[in-house]
Amino acid sequence: MLELAIKGSKKYWGWVVALLIIAGIGFGFYLKQLGFGLGITGMSRDVSWGFYIAQFTFLVGVAAGGVMVVLPYYLHDYKAFGRITILGEFLAIAAITMCLLFILVDLGQPMRMLNVILYPTPTSVLFWDMIVLNGYLFLNIIIGWNVLEAERNDVHYQKWLKPLIYISIPWAVGIHTVTAFLYCGLPGRGFWLTAILAPRFLASAFAAGPALLILLCLFVRKVTKFDPGKEQIQSLAKIVAYAICVNVFFFLCEVFVVFYSKIPEHMDHIKYLFMGLHGHGSLVPFMWTSMILMFIGIILLVNPATRKNETVLAVACVAVFIGTWIDKGLGMISGGFVPSPLHHVNEYAPTFPEIGITIGVYAVGALVLTVLYKIVVSVKEEVSA
Amino acid sequence: MESSRRKFIKIAGISALGLGVKPVFNVFASSEEHGRKSEIKKSKDALTAEQWGMVIDTRKLTTAEDVEPIINACNKIHNIPDHQNKNHEIKWIWEEEYEHAFPGKENKYLNERIEHLPFLVLCNQCEDPPCCRACPTKATFQREDGIVMMDFHRCIGCRFCMAACPYGSRSFNFRDPRPFIKEKNNEFPTRMKGVVEKCNFCAERLAVGKKPACVEASNGAIAFGDLGDPGSEVRELLRENYTIRRKQGLGTGPSVYYIV
Repeated sequence: MLELAIKGSKKYWGWVVALLIIAGIGFGFYLKQLGFGLGITGMSRDVSWGFYIAQFTFLVGVAAGGVMVVLPYYLHDYKAFGRITILGEFLAIAAITMCLLFILVDLGQPMRMLNVILYPTPTSVLFWDMIVLNGYLFLNIIIGWNVLEAERNDVHYQKWLKPLIYISIPWAVGIHTVTAFLYCGLPGRGFWLTAILAPRFLASAFAAGPALLILLCLFVRKVTKFDPGKEQIQSLAKIVAYAICVNVFFFLCEVFVVFYSKIPEHMDHIKYLFMGLHGHGSLVPFMWTSMILMFIGIILLVNPATRKNETVLAVACVAVFIGTWIDKGLGMISGGFVPSPLHHVNEYAPTFPEIGITIGVYAVGALVLTVLYKIVVSVKEEVSA
Repeated sequence: MESSRRKFIKIAGISALGLGVKPVFNVFASSEEHGRKSEIKKSKDALTAEQWGMVIDTRKLTTAEDVEPIINACNKIHNIPDHQNKNHEIKWIWEEEYEHAFPGKENKYLNERIEHLPFLVLCNQCEDPPCCRACPTKATFQREDGIVMMDFHRCIGCRFCMAACPYGSRSFNFRDPRPFIKEKNNEFPTRMKGVVEKCNFCAERLAVGKKPACVEASNGAIAFGDLGDPGSEVRELLRENYTIRRKQGLGTGPSVYYIV
C-alpha cells in the first residue's frame, strides 16, 4: 500500500516538502544540542525536565486517545466507528513516534540509549514505559496496516489480528497509566504525588486525542473525497464532552484536597501555577487560559445545539486541544519542579533552540501522519469507486 | 531441499527466541548480583562498614568561613567545575539556610542564630534510595556498605534520578565540565557532558583507608563512621545528642544527621 503515499497532488507534495524542511531545521538545532549538551535548553539543576518531557507526556495522551474509536467498534460493535478506527490507530502511530523522539532528544547521552535494554531494571518506571510505548507502536502498526489492507482487498481481516486488537485496548490505558507513574511515585514532589494523576492523565487524553481526531476528520472531509461521516464525528464529540468534564472534575478534586488540607508541599506548586509564588508567576496567564479554554469546551460540547453545529464543534475542539496542551505540555512538568525540593523558586522557560527541536519533532510526527492518512484516504477512495 | 530449508528456519526461529529470552532471565537472576560475589577485592587498608553515616555538628560550623574550606576540599578532589551559568551548576556539598535545608520544619519564631546558620547539605546516602529505584539502567546503585554510587559510563542522562531525589542532591552535566575545572586532580575521573553526578561519600578515599575529604577538612565538626556499629563515633554522637535528618518523613532513611 506504500505506493499510495507517493502518488499525490502538487499540494500534497508541497506539504510533505514543507514538513521535511521544518524537520530538517529541527535536526540542525538537534545537532547543535548534541555538540554542546542539553545546556542549550532552558532546563536547570532545579527544573531538570522541561518542554521535551512535557510534550512527550501530552502526546502519550493523544496516542492513548485513539482507543476511543477502537473500543466502541471492536468491543461494543458500534458499526459507525468502523469507518474511522484506522484514523485513530494511525494517529496513535504518529503520536507515539513523536513520544519516542521527544525521549530521545531529552537524553544527555542518546548513544547509550540501548543501556535501558542491555541492563533491564524492572524497578524503574522508565523501563516499563519503554516497553509499553514500543509495544503500543507495534500493535497499532500491525493492526492498522493489516485491517486497512483487508479493506482494500475487500476481505475480512485475518483472524489472528483479533487478540491483538483486544490487547491493544487495555494497552492504550496502560501507556498513559505508566507515563503517569513516572511522576506520581516520586517522594518529595508534592505536585505529582497523588493517586488521581493517572486517571487525570487518561481523562485529558480521552479529550485531547478524540478532539484532534474530530479536527482531522473535518479536514479530511474538506480536502478529499472520503467523508468520515456526520454520525461518527458527533459520537466522537460526545466522548470529548464527557472526557473534558471528567478531566476538569479530577482537577477540582485535586484542588480541594490540596487547599483544604493546606499542606504546603502540595499547595505551593498549584499556587505557583495559578497565582505565582514569591513573585514568580510566568505560567499564571497560561494556566488561566487553559482553564478558560476547557470551560468553553465544556459549554460548547455539552450543549447539543452547539455540538451539532460542526463549525462551533471545530472551535470547541480547538479550545479543548489547546487547553489540555497547556495543562500538560506547559504546566504539568515544570509545575512539579517549581518550587524545588529545597523550596527555591527557579523558573523555567524553553529556549529558542529547544523550541526549534520541539517543532522539528512535531514536523516529523505530522509527516508520519500525512503519509499514513494519505494511504488511508487513497484506499477509501479506491474502495468506494 | 524444501524440508531442510524449513528445518533451518525452524532452528533459526528457536535460536532467535532463545536470544530474546536470555535478557529476561537475566533480570530475574539479577538479584544474585547484589551478593558479595560481584564485589571487587578490597585493599587491606580499606575502611568498611555496614552502613556509612555522617553526623554534622552545626554548633561548630557557624560562619561561611567555617564551611567554605570543607566545600572547597570536596570540589577540588572531585574535579567539580565552576560554571558561571547557575542553571548548569554542579554541586556535591554546599550550604543552605535552615528553611531550605529543612523545608517544612521552619517556624516564624525560629532562633535567629539557627535561621542564618550555614547548613551543609549533600547526598543523604539513603538507606532506601528513590534514585536507585528510578534509574532505568542501574547506573546509580547502592553498595553493600550503603553508599549510593554513580556509574558515569552507564548513565544515559535521562535525569529520572534527579526527579526522584527529594533532596536536590543530584547535578546534571548540561555541558562539557572539563574546561571549567580550575585545577585537575588526576586521582579522580572528570565527567563528560550529559551524565548525572553527586556526592559519593568519597568511596575512592574509603577504599584506600582515608575518611571523606569534607570530614578531614572540618576540624572535627563532621563525624563519619559505621551506623551499624554501636561502638562507632557516629553512634556515640547520636546517643549523646538530639539530632535531626532531612525530610525523614518520606521514609528514605537519610544517613546524614545534624546536631543543631
